[in-house]
Amino acid sequence: MLATRPTPRIDAKKRAVLNPRKQQFAQAQWKEQEFNHRMNFYAQPPTGDITIEQFEEWAIARLKILAELESCSFRNRSVEETSEYMKPLLATHLPLSQNSSRSSELHVERKKDHYSHWILRLAFSATEDLRKRFSRLETQLFRLRFLADDGRERRDFVESLGLEWEKVTEEEKVEFGEHLRAASGCRRGEEEIWFKVDWERVPELVEGRRVLLRGGKAYVHVREQTSMVVSEFSRRLDNALELCARALPRLDEDARLSPILTHLSKSFTAPDAAYSSSDSSISGATITAGSIDMLSQHFPLCMQNLHRELRKNSHLKHFSRLQYTLFLKGLGLSLEECIIFWRKSFKLITDEKFQKEYRYNIRHAYGDVGGDANRRGRGYTPYSCQKILTEALPGAGQSHGCPYRTFSPDNLISLLQATGVSDREVLKNVREDVGKQRYHIACNRVFESTHKNEIRKVKDQSLWSASELDTILHPNTYFKRSFLLKNLGKLQAGDIGVDGPTDPVAP
Amino acid sequence: MPHALSPSPEQDAATNVEDSYMTDAPAAPAEETEPSEPADSQPLPTSNGLENMFDDDDDDDEFSSSAQPQPSSPPPYTGAPKPKFCTPDILHQFYTRLFPFRPLFQWLNHSPTPQLDFQNREFAFVLPGGAYIRYQSFPTADLFRKQCIQMTPERFEIGPQYSLNPRDRKQVRKASAFRPVMKELVFDIDMTDYDPIRTCCSGAQICNKCWSFITMAIKVVDAALREDFGFQHILWVYSGRRGAHAWISDKRAREMDDTKRRAVANYLVLQMSNDQGKRTGIKRPLHPHIDRSLKILNPYFNSTVLDTQDPFASTTGSEKLLALLPDKGLTTALQKKWDSTPSRSSNQKWSDIDTLAEAGSLSTLNGKQLVDAKQDIRLEYTYPRLDAEVSKKLNHLLKSPFVIHPGTGRVCVPIDTRTLEDFDPLSVPTVTELLREIDEWESGPGQRMGEEERAKVQDWQKTSLKTYVEYFRGYVAGLLKEEAKVVKRERDEDVRVEVGAESMEF
Repeated sequence: MLATRPTPRIDAKKRAVLNPRKQQFAQAQWKEQEFNHRMNFYAQPPTGDITIEQFEEWAIARLKILAELESCSFRNRSVEETSEYMKPLLATHLPLSQNSSRSSELHVERKKDHYSHWILRLAFSATEDLRKRFSRLETQLFRLRFLADDGRERRDFVESLGLEWEKVTEEEKVEFGEHLRAASGCRRGEEEIWFKVDWERVPELVEGRRVLLRGGKAYVHVREQTSMVVSEFSRRLDNALELCARALPRLDEDARLSPILTHLSKSFTAPDAAYSSSDSSISGATITAGSIDMLSQHFPLCMQNLHRELRKNSHLKHFSRLQYTLFLKGLGLSLEECIIFWRKSFKLITDEKFQKEYRYNIRHAYGDVGGDANRRGRGYTPYSCQKILTEALPGAGQSHGCPYRTFSPDNLISLLQATGVSDREVLKNVREDVGKQRYHIACNRVFESTHKNEIRKVKDQSLWSASELDTILHPNTYFKRSFLLKNLGKLQAGDIGVDGPTDPVAP
Repeated sequence: MPHALSPSPEQDAATNVEDSYMTDAPAAPAEETEPSEPADSQPLPTSNGLENMFDDDDDDDEFSSSAQPQPSSPPPYTGAPKPKFCTPDILHQFYTRLFPFRPLFQWLNHSPTPQLDFQNREFAFVLPGGAYIRYQSFPTADLFRKQCIQMTPERFEIGPQYSLNPRDRKQVRKASAFRPVMKELVFDIDMTDYDPIRTCCSGAQICNKCWSFITMAIKVVDAALREDFGFQHILWVYSGRRGAHAWISDKRAREMDDTKRRAVANYLVLQMSNDQGKRTGIKRPLHPHIDRSLKILNPYFNSTVLDTQDPFASTTGSEKLLALLPDKGLTTALQKKWDSTPSRSSNQKWSDIDTLAEAGSLSTLNGKQLVDAKQDIRLEYTYPRLDAEVSKKLNHLLKSPFVIHPGTGRVCVPIDTRTLEDFDPLSVPTVTELLREIDEWESGPGQRMGEEERAKVQDWQKTSLKTYVEYFRGYVAGLLKEEAKVVKRERDEDVRVEVGAESMEF
């Protein structure tokens, strides 16, 4: 079974009915889960069966949501901005409709939400750091959804939780009269419902004098309930994660799940960007060897760095070349153009040497020769940020990798200034991000600042949807977005679908 | 004379201090203490009387004539003339005869028999030389008393109960295993915070006129603690010179962590201006606590502030008042009137506000705004000004009740809230008075009693300290009764609340 129980030992009496399927007429003993409410405290582990594919898919969907949520918080977005931003993402990956909507998908949606939470719980309970991050993000997600819920459903849900909050009776309301309303800052039209709890449970509300206090009891207005519910959620989750971490070593399972779980926890650093060719190439803008220099202003820092190194030394070492070549391929540079580009860049060596030592490599990267049959004709996919961040650090004389990671902060700042980023605020934030090891956030920040005006225009005129502006996780995405933003006026609307052209990558 | 003891024991005691001190505390934190021997004690780095350190002059020790020669001259204090109340002599007498050790022990211990509440409690001693010794703890009241008599601290402060005996704190591996566990909730009201609004005194001075501010503050804070939070065991103590402390011993209060203490402190604090110094009005509608406080304070505003303190009579005072009013038209009109008729009292000026406002012709005036502004002003001039930092942390050390204030010689007596209005800080007994009273009793009423009877009368009962000690004992008795009930109840119930982890049913 997937679930890890706090006490993994099963009662001897119950062992006999463990697997109902083996006993012909045995009743199904597990509780088929009902999801009565849209919101969920995730108290019960899942009990049904799902396929391995679903296991992975659902977990990855939730992971993407959590990662986006995290990037929102790093960029200090306000609550409204975050919920606006997350709405389409949630709708795509983890939709959750209200009880009132008659969607037939209700049960499936909720099941997916529930199961994905528990799967990620498994993946992230291993270390203290992961637990804290997971707890914080899940709490944020819970709060986001809770606020989006409508009043009645929210109340039903809270009641179902059984949190032992006494409702203030009518007599008490009369007795306290105006004081209740004054203390809670009640405005007209708000519901007049209060709960009575020990004041120790709501110290922040007491501190701000937002509740009536009498005899050690705080009279909390129903709208403050949100913060109490959310903190209760957070508390329970923290406890449960602790238990999970302790139970983890005793988890008995086959070897199908561990690779998925480890992969999931690694993805937390930079979420997986599934690369698709449509993400990066731009038709209508033919890219030639000669245009690379000009286009390099749109490159992300890693590629700009490689380009500069190349121009400076007329040479790049193997991994750098590989990284760069694949990137260029993703741009839409054809094989011939690419070979011409490298030949011209390596101007200090003879034709013969180039042909012997470098030409084959480029063709291999493009899939023209060699490689396994799967990749033939297409070559390797350009590296995503996650890949670049997790591969080995460059050594002396090498310049591949992510400069936000590999450069010292001071060198990084000077490199940024050399590429034209001069805003002190941005540089400061980049330094902080790098300090926290949020490299892709730093890169995104730089992107946002260098394309500030264009992004604003696009947002104001609603030319692009929100999903086209979400976190950049791939160097080619960076390039494409940068190019499109800077050339907004020049490209006709019809030519380029911003979601990516339908023609394949130019061979 | 109070110094009834012969010199030699005094001298011996002094020279033996170091030895006995060391034996009492084997793991004595020697590194952080200066030797308690007055002869060798160094002043704290903060003191600047270094040049006088080995000066053999006895400064203004008024008992020098009859006093036995000091073992050596006690080094002087930080620049100021040596207070006459804190000679080791006097302190010795005080601790031997007058200090109520047993009630204090019970108060901190919450039970007649010693338990961890007292045994793991930190005490910090401030010695006559200026040395500050922390992390002292004692297994019983008697040992505590003995230590005080030997060390004759000028005063001592009470800290929290720790997770281990403070004297053993260095013997644990993990530093985090030694942490504060329990302490009474405390509040500190200091008159210097009222300097911006009092006209009669400033700084360390105090008189009956401005003591009224403290009375107001005690009333408001006491009401809030009792009615809103439900605390019952609240001890108010005179701080010895110019303020008061509150000690709340309710179990619920003692077990509060830093977050909750901060919550209570900020609940009580009224912020009238934000960080940038800009004035922010109080949120309307008024929270019931503020509302209640206003009702309590209104009569005091009229009597203490307007009549006695008269803050608006001066030009600066009235300018401040005008700055707090919302309407430009009104303030100009008032300014004109006051310029033309100088020397109006605060009372008159206050009523002027309303008269001029009602006179009409002020189109921009918002009636409600004016009412609110006047309320804000009343609160500004009367609402308690707490030193919130004292309350916020579990590990904060605060001066104990019944110690002597070195500057004034007065004993830090508890304030009986039943007779709050009658409390007069200037009539609180000083230690020298008390010692004299003992002598007077010996030669007066004591003479008339029989041997046995006389022996039964304790020294403190012969003095004006009697009422205070009796009040304290009554308070502690009530506390112990409550504690005994709680302990019994906890033993009977045995409730374990399970939160969160639900077991799967199969």
